[in-house]
Amino acid sequence: MDSAIIWRSLPQLFEGALLTVEITALSVAIGLALAVPLALMRVARNPLLRWPVYAYIFYFRGTPLLVQIFLVYYGSGQFRDALEAAGLWVFFREAYFCAVLTLTLNTAAYTAEILRGAIQAVPHGEIEAARACGMSGALLYRRIILPKAWRLALPAYGNEVVFLFQATSLVSIITLMDLTGVARVIVARSFAVYEIYIAAGLIYLAVTYGILWVFGRVEFRLSGHLRERPAADAARGPAATALPGLR
Amino acid sequence: MKKLSSLVMAAAALAFAAGTASAEMKKVRIGTEGAYPPFNSIDPDGKLVGFDIDIANALCAAAKFECEFVVQDWDGMIPGLIAKKYDAVVASMSITEERKQKVDFTGKYYNTPAKFVAKKGAGFDISAEGLAGKKVAVQRATIHENFLRDNFPKVELKVYATQDEANADLVAGRVDLGMADSVALLEGFLKTPEGADFEFVGPGYSEPKWHGDGAGIAIRKGEDDLREALNKAIDQIRADGTYAKINAKYFDFDVFGTPGM
Amino acid sequence: MIDLKGYGWMLWGGVQVTILVGLSAMAMALLFGLIGAWGKLSKSRAARAAANTYTTVIRGVPELVLILLVYYGTPTLIQNAMEGLGTDVIVDINPFLAGFLTLGFIYGAFATEVFRGAFLAIPKGQIEAARACGMDRGLLLRRILLPQVWRFALPGLGNVWMVMVKATALISVIQLPELMRNADIAARAVRLPFTFFFAASLIYLGITVVSMWGQQRAEAWANRGVRRA
Repeated sequence: MDSAIIWRSLPQLFEGALLTVEITALSVAIGLALAVPLALMRVARNPLLRWPVYAYIFYFRGTPLLVQIFLVYYGSGQFRDALEAAGLWVFFREAYFCAVLTLTLNTAAYTAEILRGAIQAVPHGEIEAARACGMSGALLYRRIILPKAWRLALPAYGNEVVFLFQATSLVSIITLMDLTGVARVIVARSFAVYEIYIAAGLIYLAVTYGILWVFGRVEFRLSGHLRERPAADAARGPAATALPGLR
Repeated sequence: MKKLSSLVMAAAALAFAAGTASAEMKKVRIGTEGAYPPFNSIDPDGKLVGFDIDIANALCAAAKFECEFVVQDWDGMIPGLIAKKYDAVVASMSITEERKQKVDFTGKYYNTPAKFVAKKGAGFDISAEGLAGKKVAVQRATIHENFLRDNFPKVELKVYATQDEANADLVAGRVDLGMADSVALLEGFLKTPEGADFEFVGPGYSEPKWHGDGAGIAIRKGEDDLREALNKAIDQIRADGTYAKINAKYFDFDVFGTPGM
Repeated sequence: MIDLKGYGWMLWGGVQVTILVGLSAMAMALLFGLIGAWGKLSKSRAARAAANTYTTVIRGVPELVLILLVYYGTPTLIQNAMEGLGTDVIVDINPFLAGFLTLGFIYGAFATEVFRGAFLAIPKGQIEAARACGMDRGLLLRRILLPQVWRFALPGLGNVWMVMVKATALISVIQLPELMRNADIAARAVRLPFTFFFAASLIYLGITVVSMWGQQRAEAWANRGVRRA
């Protein structure tokens, strides 16, 4: 094992990691923004709103991310003339745009599904009480359902962000120099297969646990009211100290 | 540039066979890529064809080896050789100092320069400064990638797993130029319908430091008998006209080693 | 309909390989999962530590990197090891082997979590009763735990299968002629990437739908005789 090559490659690997994090952050942000209205539409009573969203989520969750990436990147090449006419080719030309677009659509679908599950898991009692107080519609969602749904969705959403972070490794296949892309190029030139891939793997590992740690802190802060408090809870019995939630 | 090493492999195998003093033919497995026309590619029926393949077969015949081809993607070509998936590489692999650290090479069996291609009339200024910021498509793990990184540091390199994919993105307009072996580009791209709008730009590059001494056959380190046998076979087919015949089948000029095209 | 220009047979060949790889990898994953779960629930600290490291590392590294590492790295590793031992061995890791071993290994980590939860869900009373009857660990496992673990593990395992079938697309990177790779070759040959990748995606959807149906049937079987909410 030649560890010298790892030190020499670290600057490049970190540059790649930076691109990975950048793509992840962008996709997560836009994907989340898309997911909230999608989740709301998914539970709407109107089938005209429900069915298209269901089809979209089903497609993006039922097909591999790699196929989706190829569809957007190489597939857009097949429609180049139409895209150029519409002035969109300048976007699809760029691998970066294609990558972020695909990742965003993908994570929006998964996140919408997670949020939907969380919205449907909000204890009905709370909704009834809110209704009894005269709340309805947007206020009901804003004050009662969504905050609770967020808290329920956090663990699953944390996992989804981790999945997305690792999924960015696929953009190396469409020529983007993310962490995996940089690693492949270095390995190709130096043949140090083990050293470089293990180094890249360790960087992924570190950031993954960083993300999980952040989510852990957020969950901790949001669940203060559910944690054990010394005497008062003990008096109420064991049921009061049980932590609910989607896991 | 990549060179056919299968020929060397065949020769080496022959040498071993001779060593064991028996009349049986030595079996030599030859690794090749199959995605680099006209040197090695897979035809619609799934058969390996190309200059490299023909040379390999000729060398095997000359060295009296029994040869078998193994298809391997380019990235794993040298690791596969070291892992003994095959005994020689005849895949237009260039003989470079970098590669010599991992494997041994026979003498060259052809040598053609590298060139840029771009859309007709694009008018690029082919220099390190002139191409600053331009996107160039190149295959990963090739001498062309190394050459560009070292001599044209300001270009934006787009690396692809195969030359085919690099050409595809060139056609799609995602990159401004491409660089690869001039013959591979000519036969495998410029002469195809997709490459009709493209042409060579700039000079031919053949710097020993990056492009090596030409394409040779890679074999594992220390297999000197194999190397000897293959080198002898190369000389033999050069001498008896087999090489010239195969050369003429694919190209209308001598690919063996005309400096500067 | 979608015109595949005579390359439909390539997609069909690819599907077969995809399913084959998927099933093989699933079998490996189940194996690793059972072993990992045993490790995590074991009394031995070393076993627990090993199992925990296993799931920790796998969850933290992307599948693509692991596949590349195994495919390009393992032959050299074994070669070097063997050379050290003085034997001359030819190690041929073909893409199929590298693919299903790596996927099985990766998803074994997820299956570990599923099995762990499933074993813990079996009512403790049954385990106590078995011990009281004098059953040793082997018999306990065989007679009581294993038959019932499927009831609790199936939903999670069904999930693992769905995710893994999609992950088989990654093995196209090391040139396995499965669905994704064949779609790519066909697309390149006739220069219709969108058509072929879209067709491939519909086939994956088909596999998903069939898997969902299969999972429902399997869960119904596993829950036979049990009253459900």
